[in-house]
Amino acid sequence: MALKIVKGSIDRMFDKNLQDLVRGIRNHKEDEAKYISTCIDEIKQELKQDNIAVKANAVCKLTYLQMLGYDVSWAAFNIVEVMSSSKFTYKRIGYLAASQCFHEGTDVIMLTTNQIRKDLSSPHQYDTGVALTGLSCFVTPDLARDLANDIMTLMSHTKPYIRKKAVLIMYKVFLKYPESLRPAFPRLKEKLEDPDPGTDAEPHLLCVQKLRILIEDSDQNLKYLGLLAMSKILKTHPKSVQSHKDLILQCLDDKDESIRLRALDLLYGMVSKKNLMEIVKKLMLHVDKAEGTTYRDELLTKIIDICSQSNYQYITNFEWYISILVELTRLEGTRHGHLIASQMLDVAIRVKAIRGFAVAQMATLLDNAHLLTGNTQRNGICEVLYAAAWICGEFSEHLEDPMQTLEAMLRPKVATLPGHIQAVYVQNAAKLFATVLRKHEGETDSQAAQETSQLLIDRLPLFVQSANLEVQERASCILQLVKYIQKLQQKNVEVAEEVTALFAGELNPVAPKAQKKVPIPEGLDLDAWINEPPSESESEDEKPKAVFTKEEHKHSRSRHTEVDEKELARRREVRKQEQANNPFYIKASPSSQKVYDAPGVEHIPVVQIDLSVPLKVPGMPTSDQYLKLEEERQQKEKAERKKKEKKKKREKRGKERKADSGPESEEDIRPAHQVDIVTEEMPENALPSDDDDKDPNDPHKALDIDLDKYVCLLQFIHALHVVMHGNLFLLKLKFHVLVLCPGFGLRHFLSIKPTVCWFPVQKSSKHKKKKQKKEKEEKEKKKKKRHHHHHHHSDAGGEDSVQNGTVEEEEPLPPMSNYSLLAENSYIKMVYDIQGNHQDESKVVVSVIFENKSDSFLKSMEFNVLDSLNSKLQRPEGAGPHDSLTVPFQLPPGVSNEARFVFSVQSIVMPQKLKGTLTFIVKSDESSTHEKLDFKLHFTCTSYLITTPCYSDAYAKLLESGDLKGSSLRLEGINMPFHHLLARICFHHHFSVVERIDSCASMYSRSIQGHHVCLLVKTSDQTVSIDAKCDEPSLLGNVLDEIKQTFSKC
Amino acid sequence: MIKAILIFNNHGKPRLSKFYEHYTEDTEQQIIRETFHLVSKRDENVCNFLEGGLLIGGSENKLIYRHYATLYFVFCVDSSESELGILDLIQVFVETLDKCFENVCELDLIFHMDKVHNILAEMVMGGMVLETNMSEIITQAEAHNKMEKSEAGIAGAPARAVSAVKNMNLPEMPKNINIGDISIKVPNLPSFK
Repeated sequence: MALKIVKGSIDRMFDKNLQDLVRGIRNHKEDEAKYISTCIDEIKQELKQDNIAVKANAVCKLTYLQMLGYDVSWAAFNIVEVMSSSKFTYKRIGYLAASQCFHEGTDVIMLTTNQIRKDLSSPHQYDTGVALTGLSCFVTPDLARDLANDIMTLMSHTKPYIRKKAVLIMYKVFLKYPESLRPAFPRLKEKLEDPDPGTDAEPHLLCVQKLRILIEDSDQNLKYLGLLAMSKILKTHPKSVQSHKDLILQCLDDKDESIRLRALDLLYGMVSKKNLMEIVKKLMLHVDKAEGTTYRDELLTKIIDICSQSNYQYITNFEWYISILVELTRLEGTRHGHLIASQMLDVAIRVKAIRGFAVAQMATLLDNAHLLTGNTQRNGICEVLYAAAWICGEFSEHLEDPMQTLEAMLRPKVATLPGHIQAVYVQNAAKLFATVLRKHEGETDSQAAQETSQLLIDRLPLFVQSANLEVQERASCILQLVKYIQKLQQKNVEVAEEVTALFAGELNPVAPKAQKKVPIPEGLDLDAWINEPPSESESEDEKPKAVFTKEEHKHSRSRHTEVDEKELARRREVRKQEQANNPFYIKASPSSQKVYDAPGVEHIPVVQIDLSVPLKVPGMPTSDQYLKLEEERQQKEKAERKKKEKKKKREKRGKERKADSGPESEEDIRPAHQVDIVTEEMPENALPSDDDDKDPNDPHKALDIDLDKYVCLLQFIHALHVVMHGNLFLLKLKFHVLVLCPGFGLRHFLSIKPTVCWFPVQKSSKHKKKKQKKEKEEKEKKKKKRHHHHHHHSDAGGEDSVQNGTVEEEEPLPPMSNYSLLAENSYIKMVYDIQGNHQDESKVVVSVIFENKSDSFLKSMEFNVLDSLNSKLQRPEGAGPHDSLTVPFQLPPGVSNEARFVFSVQSIVMPQKLKGTLTFIVKSDESSTHEKLDFKLHFTCTSYLITTPCYSDAYAKLLESGDLKGSSLRLEGINMPFHHLLARICFHHHFSVVERIDSCASMYSRSIQGHHVCLLVKTSDQTVSIDAKCDEPSLLGNVLDEIKQTFSKC
Repeated sequence: MIKAILIFNNHGKPRLSKFYEHYTEDTEQQIIRETFHLVSKRDENVCNFLEGGLLIGGSENKLIYRHYATLYFVFCVDSSESELGILDLIQVFVETLDKCFENVCELDLIFHMDKVHNILAEMVMGGMVLETNMSEIITQAEAHNKMEKSEAGIAGAPARAVSAVKNMNLPEMPKNINIGDISIKVPNLPSFK
């Protein structure tokens, strides 16, 4: 027997082990793939054997082959077999292989759950350790859910080795299965509060001066880290970093690309009006020197970023900027031609004063187009010709010699450009043609004008033959037009005006949010059909076999035409109602469809800037000239200012001296150029709001701490500090948990207080406006058809609640409402109710009634909630997790309406509150304002209960089964008839009465997830005792608390 | 988080790859190639940080690497990791390997990838730094080896003997081993030279 074992192991020793495999591969350099495939065949044979040692050896070899790029997922099952070996040696091989190749898509992974659980609870700490290490690499949501408890237990393991691993892996578990976070609070708190002997007091802030020392250090790593830290400080203290501009510019010369890129990044945040030209000049030098297109393209985009940031805030001289852009077109092989082109277009359109200069520059570019397109490798840059041609055409009145530009645009070489650029060429040639005609109109000698027509007629046929549809179509259209004009010219007809009219009208930039901000004029109903569509079409769609309904179809069409006006109105109303009640019906933002009269050009607000230097720079300018000019100008200004100041001082000596910032300060540098920065056009009735960019649901906002500003830096230094003491993992865990669960676990972690306090649900006032109540009653009637829901008719409540008891003559119930106040301000009031239904165990519907309390029109209401891990607002497909839902109606003054929002919930045993915001536009006759109202949605445990009838025998069985756990509640001083009490419980907490005998009643309800809740209510002498049973004790506890709340308010 | 740990030699041959996120084998190879390409073209006296790797996570991540003789040790990390911390970790890793393999060289890594993985597993777990103290790491690694040895027991002895023999590069190998009535044929191993 012993010999057999020895034979087994001796057999084994001649199987290839990992070392043999590696050696073999190294000896088969020429036919490596073939050799490996034979090895894989061997491995397959070995995996078929029963001997676990052989299998483990095979799996070990597979792990190596996986590293070489071979897919080994076919052996997943064998890997699981090796993982489940009782021997640590093999187990470790199995777990290593699993950690290298298992992932969420591996189907055998679910077979591992029990094995891993066994290993986690193994008495040998190394089995546990190996399982934790492996699991950390391939944990899936399912594994996380199933094993969260086991891992949590390990956090209090006797061995620190295991405790540490368990705490660390919890982070992965949270990522995969966030729900495990809540039960983990108490333990994590313990762990995080563990005294860290390694971390001593506060981390002290490195000051910028110290960073300078780092950057000046010869050690490249310190230099890099210094720059990195600087960029973090820059966000909060730009001034202090700006003073080190020299040092950072110096870093641009560094041989190390990592450092150059860091420095570039910093420069972006450091520019000011004063130093922009200088910095860009320096960057331009680097562009020339740069080797390798990646870094050069990076430089190019940075230059454009720096110049265009904050709406060209730092540019004082746009001629200079245009020159920079033109200089950039000389770059070879850049990918960013379109970026330069879009800048050219943007500046030429928005800076009116620059147009003359820009046009001249663009004309030169067009004339020298062969320099750009000559090399096929420079394809990217020919995009700028697109911009050049358009600018020359659109602003052709500024052209000195339009004829020459026209000629340049119609050269045969143009036909080699990409189609979209040719199309622009052709179209703008026509614009130039119009300009030339107008220029020569009225001259006795019409020679020039006719020559132009002839030029077009000669050159355009080349484009008519273009394979590009756009080019071909435009060219043939324009060619015919010119031919016609030529005929007219020959008859000496004046045509210039008509031709110019083809391109009349000025283009003005429109603000990106302009359309969104146009309110809908009163009386315009965007939901109204322009032409009533055949309403039968809807039902047709539902019919599965439309082919056979042709006859019917015809019939219904003819019937449709007979539908009278009233019927149409009725249908429209019904449809609107449907849409209003459907939370998923998202209408296109109503304002986006709005057509408005474009206001005249004179309405465009322009920023007037003083002119102090001549507009023209003689000759073909280079950006450097501007730099010089700018310096001179600044010098001059400085001198003048000094003079003035002296004068002032002399005059006003003794008077209060203002803290007039010195000549160096930013404000004093006036733009050198008269430029009208045409601010983006807004419709005249646009609503002022700057909130568009701010996402109220930005998780970081919920963090309520300036994550960006301070934590980055602190984290940087802290991590650096802590890692040296080997305690990084605790800090990181803490930090990650913070980021992981914004708005939920966050505050608890900040204060490290795991207890959650819940706020009682506020009751809405019982006295409501009659109007609203009436409307609600109607709604609730409708609702009742769909939901098993009690509404507040007292008689109905009585009937339901007394099923098996005797119906007595009892005093009527006071009116009750389940709608609680959500939030209220002077404009709007929101009340809400939450209902679930048995169909879906993870959904509840929140009905919110919006009431317009103001005299204004409320519109564009957007409802948004900050989701928690447990409860999420259901948004339509394609919407982001923080997008808000449009409330599908508007509210005229005094009107209320109801909208529903569906939430998905996971655990229902605890109440929860969600923060949310309603934004809306208040529109009155004179003005409109954007308002918002914050609210907190309270998901009580009651809201997860659904009134479900239960017969007394079934009820008795349920109580006998013994599955339910009990709890009880005593209410003192309840001064109301027993049937009122029961009705209240029924109504507010969704119970039904099973049986009632005198002053004792049994009640029942069921949660959306099927928990049974049973109550036995007894009363005597103003004291009510409730004995309750439920299969979920925490749910029951919370429901009882809520019942107590209800009665404490009576 | 550490996204990946790669060790490759001066020619880009992978010696160890540990990805803490799932990629297909093809993508993994591509990442190794790209990383090698980025790292190998850098001078010796530049900094050890590199941004702009495209494949793993893009601009959020950076590569932190060290070059030792014939090997590159590259850690791909996201922005939550401290640069110096990781640099230090690489040093600890290499020193630990040096202790465990006694004057570690590339060949040790080539033939004992599994052991390198096991040592690494004591330092980094699922992309998170577990332990940075070298003596602690070595203690654990040795405890594991002890476990293995005790498990192998008698049965492990012949295997160890054979592997020792194999490593001796004997010019000739017996074709048959006879023990009692059991005869074992020695397979023709092409790797023996």
